[in-house]
Amino acid sequence: MLYREAGQFKTSYAADMAVFPLSQDRIGIAVIIAAAYGLALVGSNFLLQAVMIPFLVFSLAAIGLNILTGYAGLLSLGTGAFMGVGAYACYKLMTAFPSVNVIVWILASGLFSALAGVLFGLPSLRIKGFYLAVATLAAQFFLQWSFIRVPWLVNYNVSGAIEAPLRTLFGIPMIGAHATPQVRYLVVLTIVVLLTWVASNLVHGRVGRMWMAIRDMDIAAELMGIRLLPAKLLAFAVSSYYCGVAGALLVFLWYGGAEYDVFNINQSFFILFMVIIGGLGSLIGSFFGAALIFIMPIALGIVVPAALSPFGLAIGSDTIEHLRFMIVGALIIFFLIVEPHGLARLWQVAKQKLRVWPFPY
Amino acid sequence: MAETAAVPVRGPGFDRRTLRKVAGPAGVVAVVLALVMAVRGGLIARGSPLFDVLVDPFILMVDAPDLLLQTLWEGLVSGVLYALIALGFVLIFKASGVFNFAQGIMVVFAALTLVGLYEAGVPALLALALAVAVMFLLAVAVERIVLRPLVNQPDIILFMATFGLTYFLIGLGELIFGGNPKQMIASQLYLPQGSTELMLFGGPVRFQHLDIAAAAIASVMIAALGVFFSKTRIGRALRAVADSHKAALSVGISLNQIWVIVWFAAGIVALVTGIMWGARSDVSFALQIIALKALPVLILGGFTSIPGAIIGGLIIGVGEKLGEFYWGPLVGGGIETWLAYVIALVFLLYRPQGLFGEKIIERV
Repeated sequence: MLYREAGQFKTSYAADMAVFPLSQDRIGIAVIIAAAYGLALVGSNFLLQAVMIPFLVFSLAAIGLNILTGYAGLLSLGTGAFMGVGAYACYKLMTAFPSVNVIVWILASGLFSALAGVLFGLPSLRIKGFYLAVATLAAQFFLQWSFIRVPWLVNYNVSGAIEAPLRTLFGIPMIGAHATPQVRYLVVLTIVVLLTWVASNLVHGRVGRMWMAIRDMDIAAELMGIRLLPAKLLAFAVSSYYCGVAGALLVFLWYGGAEYDVFNINQSFFILFMVIIGGLGSLIGSFFGAALIFIMPIALGIVVPAALSPFGLAIGSDTIEHLRFMIVGALIIFFLIVEPHGLARLWQVAKQKLRVWPFPY
Repeated sequence: MAETAAVPVRGPGFDRRTLRKVAGPAGVVAVVLALVMAVRGGLIARGSPLFDVLVDPFILMVDAPDLLLQTLWEGLVSGVLYALIALGFVLIFKASGVFNFAQGIMVVFAALTLVGLYEAGVPALLALALAVAVMFLLAVAVERIVLRPLVNQPDIILFMATFGLTYFLIGLGELIFGGNPKQMIASQLYLPQGSTELMLFGGPVRFQHLDIAAAAIASVMIAALGVFFSKTRIGRALRAVADSHKAALSVGISLNQIWVIVWFAAGIVALVTGIMWGARSDVSFALQIIALKALPVLILGGFTSIPGAIIGGLIIGVGEKLGEFYWGPLVGGGIETWLAYVIALVFLLYRPQGLFGEKIIERV
């Protein structure tokens, strides 16, 4: 409705195969990213610290799980554990080599997570579909057990918890108690934008098509010449890399510290719900899902007491927590009935309606 | 020139099929013999890690048979309880093809309803009847709101819908009953208390009366369900729906009624499971994590087999307790949290359809 999509002619194959072929779309993406960076200047500390940073972190984890479950069709319930592997790996690297720039370690910690993912993804050739979820459950519980049973991981700290040490970037405190939300937000935003760009290129290219072929019917994909085990292991590796980096960002740039219970089975389910509601097999769906599942309870916590206070009714925070569970559950069922392909599909439908507006079709 | 014979022609000596059948047990015997000879010959010395893992636990088992018996009994009891949870899964999966992830929270919800009604002043047996009625209402609501709009959707969508149901019931349960752990009204329901101690194999072995009652009640319920499925008209209708929805519809079986009945049956199983679990430890929302343990049970036993659920439950229960007691101290303990899943994983690698499940046939 805002612009015509016709009339932009491509003169090279590369331009024809672009992810955003329309120049208006490219301008739109640039505006969104610029606005996100501008939010660091105008956003309040609460908005940045409690809303935007965790939203970005969970979006990254949701992208990771979406690659595994949405694009490659391998249901995984071990996301929380892979995030934990990344976080603990980052902690060990940071404390072992304090002079190296910590962003290098954040990006490197994903590699350890990828290794764990490949290890626990090895059964995926024999085991398919729902049974694979149980294999990943084994990964979740085993890794969570090892976080507390291996004291080397927490540098033999008595409390069993890890804490973010003070690290700086170009002289500005980035990690630790003195880091301001603005600095942390900018670092998280940059890393998430970069990794989303990489994921977009992956899923739109040969590798992504390979995964989608495996998702649709893996026997036919094998007959076509796609080697199943390397492709599935690659999906596990890339997905766990994203989850590992998200875990490192979660601990060091949001919480500031963690214990083993942060990466429990509920975290895995949390991310899975984001992926389901956002839309399986869609990168923008990961962002939508993370926004809905994470920001909605915060909004609920602000809106409901504000709505009830003119009537003199108070509502306890524990009631809000219970309502949050109920609403998340009801939303999942609602979305699955109304639009099984999630918010991403609703977004596409909305765009299509806008294209032909004011006509209905 | 190859001629395809209907019957394989047996030549002299062993044929391939017999060889393959013998290979497994023969391999195990060979490994055990090799271990014994290595220990005797001093290759695996006492105190080395290999000795601690492969030999020492078995020596412990033989040295203190009363401990072994106690561990086995504990494993059997927890296995029976896992089998009960798995039974609820199998019921719903057999009849509607839905893997009901919400079975765990249904267990908690049923137990909480019972205890909540009792604390509100309703006498115990009446509270039990009312709890059964509440599970019926839940079954009707689930069928109406969740199952009917999602008819004919792929299995993964239905599975995720049960995820949503789980979270909704968690929130609802916490809202109505509060999050504090509650005491199960075991004595008011005439469940036996206390324990018997027998001197077996030279040591005291303790049998809790509650555990014996749990095993007995579970057996009665499983037998009743078996009779229900094979002898009654509704049971046959349930099996027909499990085989093919379309065929069942074509002979006039109402799918909606069947689904209400099967979710109600699973609700009753959940109530009994909740009573048994709650009597052994408190009723709290941590129980639904225990329900995740039913997944390895289902993997071992197959998703559609009731005897499979029982045998799978017993294997997982015994395996878990033995592993925790004899091998757990080697790595610092606490391996109960993941041992069941690893057992199931190893099993899946060799037999992807479980012990009793139907062989998975994939076609292009």
